[in-house]
Parts: sequence; structure tokens; C-alpha cells
Amino acid sequence: MREAIIHGPEALTAGAIPASNLLPLRVRGLCLTLGGRRILNGLDLDLGPTGCTVLLGPNGAGKTQFLRLLHGLLEPDAGEIDWNGTAPEQVTSRQALVFQKPVLLRRSVAANVDFVLRSRNLPRARRSALLDHVGLGDKARQPARLLSGGEAQRLALARALATEPEVLFLDEPTASLDPASVNRIEEIVLKAVRNGTRVILVTHDIGQARRLADEIVFLHGGRVAEQATADRFFAGPRTPAARAHVSGGLVL
Amino acid sequence: MQDMGEALTVAMTLVLSGDDDLIEIVALSLRVSLTATTAACVIGLPIGALVATNRFPGRGAVLVVMNALMGLPPVVVGLIVYLHLSRAGPLGFLGLLYTPTAMIIAQTILIAPIVAALSRQVIEDMHAEYADHFRSLCLSARQTVQALLWDARYALLTVALAGFGRAVAEVGAVMIVGGNIDHMTRVMTTAIALETSKGDLPLALGLGIVLMILALGVNALVHSLRLTAVRQAHA
Repeated sequence: MREAIIHGPEALTAGAIPASNLLPLRVRGLCLTLGGRRILNGLDLDLGPTGCTVLLGPNGAGKTQFLRLLHGLLEPDAGEIDWNGTAPEQVTSRQALVFQKPVLLRRSVAANVDFVLRSRNLPRARRSALLDHVGLGDKARQPARLLSGGEAQRLALARALATEPEVLFLDEPTASLDPASVNRIEEIVLKAVRNGTRVILVTHDIGQARRLADEIVFLHGGRVAEQATADRFFAGPRTPAARAHVSGGLVL
Repeated sequence: MQDMGEALTVAMTLVLSGDDDLIEIVALSLRVSLTATTAACVIGLPIGALVATNRFPGRGAVLVVMNALMGLPPVVVGLIVYLHLSRAGPLGFLGLLYTPTAMIIAQTILIAPIVAALSRQVIEDMHAEYADHFRSLCLSARQTVQALLWDARYALLTVALAGFGRAVAEVGAVMIVGGNIDHMTRVMTTAIALETSKGDLPLALGLGIVLMILALGVNALVHSLRLTAVRQAHA
């Protein structure tokens, strides 16, 4: 286990977190059916210990549900998720998930972060460093629910980083945000990756995938249709569905 | 019997002059109903929160019972408490019958189901919104309930005030277990009933005016809390 308790803003950005020991991840034969609809259909995937993996795929490909399965919020119908042999009940607490629509408590910005720190028995002194890190240091006393969309998502990121996750899941964190907000959130994500946090991100923004991804996983038809380094993938997707998706075509 | 206009004039004089009897009755009413509301919240809020955040066999039946208990007839509650506290009852040795404590017990039984059922609905709606975030944080059941109770505080205050409104306005239960004894267990509603039956309308009307002011005050407080919640985006 890591022994990182980060006390200063520099520690949030200066490679304080050693490589995860939840990784590598091995997924085999993952199946999920929701509401009578088959979402995942025998999905296999292997992920290495570092970097940022971006999950791409058309709407309904099962990206969000796959993240929820990996984070332990859903149980699969069949298949296996192996986080480097870690006991399933110890996995979720070592990860964090930022939802597409951030769930903010009906409290101040500071109290939202304090709640997470308290739940993990982490020192409250970290709060100001975290808020400064995401550019919300001057809004600590504001009601969280009055933040703009971009600010709310940055607060969700601060709360996620407060738990010192080994794996950070991001489910379309910049959907519906303006370019400036997207840029700020991408900077925070890149710093987290440089810190050693393993990031798995879902997006529909191909430009964002190009900017952030070390590796692309393309989901289609409830399976991994293609997995490649970002450079190789964007140089020329090998499957017709991925090619159509990247070029903005209609993927059926 | 005085006519209505004269009775109203005398009633206003009683209210404005701070008549000792009137103040004593109002003070006892507030003490009994506020204590009962507090006790009902201590009992009802955790029950509401636990039912809201847990799935278990028979939960549907529990919800039906909780909702049905909201409509408990005060006289039936009074009768049950009376049977338990009377000298021949299982709790007769406590000597609580015809005391304010007996009235508090009866009102607590009356409004605890209201607090539990209404808070269950409030907390369940909020839990639906927070559940994934809390599961992601691996919160314990206790941490979950504590967080939900705190975040729903404005809505739950409204629930508590609804319970208080029911308690302070009921007459059947406190009449049976309190006995409406002057200077001891006489509260506004029982006094109004007694004075009306005696034909002494000024005191009954004076108490009625205070009761109405209290009801208006409670509603104004609820409205102001809602506005505060909206202002702070806590709603």
C-alpha cells in the first residue's frame, strides 16, 4: 500500500504517488444485462499499471456501465474482474470515480472536501491545497450547488483526488463544458497522471482523447473492438467501427 | 352568554394584557408539544433514514404500516396510553397518569410516525441522488445516514414543524391522559374545549387566537426555511 498523505500543493503535482499496485487489470468474459438489454457481451481487457486510458465508443456501447463495474458499483452477470489479485472488497476504496454529472452535497465547497477527508480519516489541513490545486481556493465558503458546471466538476475532481486514489475513473468529465473549463480539467487530469495515478477516462471528445490518452480502448457491441496506443490508434484505427467513430461517421 | 363581538374584545384584552392563566396554559402547551416533537424526531428520524437507505424483506409492508400510522386517531392513542399508565396498567407504578409527562408520551406516539414517514420520503429521494457517490466512498451505513440527515436538514425541519403542528393542535389524547387539570395539565386545546362547554367564550377565544398565531408562525417559519434553503441552493 502507498503511504502517501499529501500536505502541500506541490505534493499534488510532483510525482508523490508511486505506481499503483491495483494494476495490472485483467478482465475476462464480462457480461452485463440491464433492463433486458445486453450492455456488455463477453468483454475482455488487460490494462497496464500507468498512464491514461481513454474509453471510446458510440452511445450505448457500455462505457459508463463498464466504469461502474470496474469501480464495484455494479455486479456483472458473468465474467471476472481481477485487480492484480486484490480482494474485491478492498478495491473500491482505493479508487475514485468522477461522475458525468457531479453529485455535490448540499454544503459549502470546503465542506464537500472535508466530508471526503473525514470519511477517510485524512487531515482536514489538506483541504486548502486540494482546492487551490483545482482553482477553487477562493470559493471555499460558497454553497457547492451554486458553482458553475466547470467549477462543480473541478470540485468533484478535488474530492476524488482527496481520497488519494490509485485508479481514477472519469466519466465524461467535460461533457457540456466550455473550452476554458475543459482545458483546466484536462490540466488537472494530466497532473494526476504525472503523479502516478492510473486514469481511465470515458469521453466522446476525440480531441480530448488525442490530448490525454496514452492508450485507447474502443468499445463496440459490448466488447473491446480495438485496443492500441493513442499514437497507433489515431494513425489509423483498424476496425471499421472505430474508423467511422473517429471520422465522425455513424457507427451502427 | 356574551355575544361574539364582546367575547372577541375580552379575548384580545386577555391576550394583550398577558393574563396569567392564559400564559400558564400557553407555556404548558408549548412545553408539552415541543418536548414531544423533540422526542418524536429522536425516534422517527433514524427510523425514517434506516428505512429509506435499506432494502430488506417486508419493506413494502413496513412502508404501508408507517404511512397508516400517520393517521392514528388521537383518542385511540390517548386510550392506549391511558390503559398502560393507569394504576392497573403495566406502567401504572410510574404514577404518570394525569401529568404533563403522560401528555408528552401520548403526543410523541401520535407524531413519531408522521416524522418517520415524512422523513423517510425526504431522505429516500436524497439517497437516490447520493447513493453512487456514497458507495464510491465506501461509507458505512452510519456515515450514510448521518450525511443524509445533515444534508436534508431544511426539509427535515419542515417535517418536525409539521409534527409540532399536529401535536399542539390535538385535543383527544391529552384530554384522556392529562385530565385537563387546572394549573397542572391544562393546555390550550383542552382549555378551549372546556371553556366553550362552560360558555366562557373570552378565554376560549383568547386561547384560540394564540393557537392561530402559533399555527401562522409555524407556517411562516416553514416558508422562511424553504426560502433559505433555495437561497443557499440546498433545496
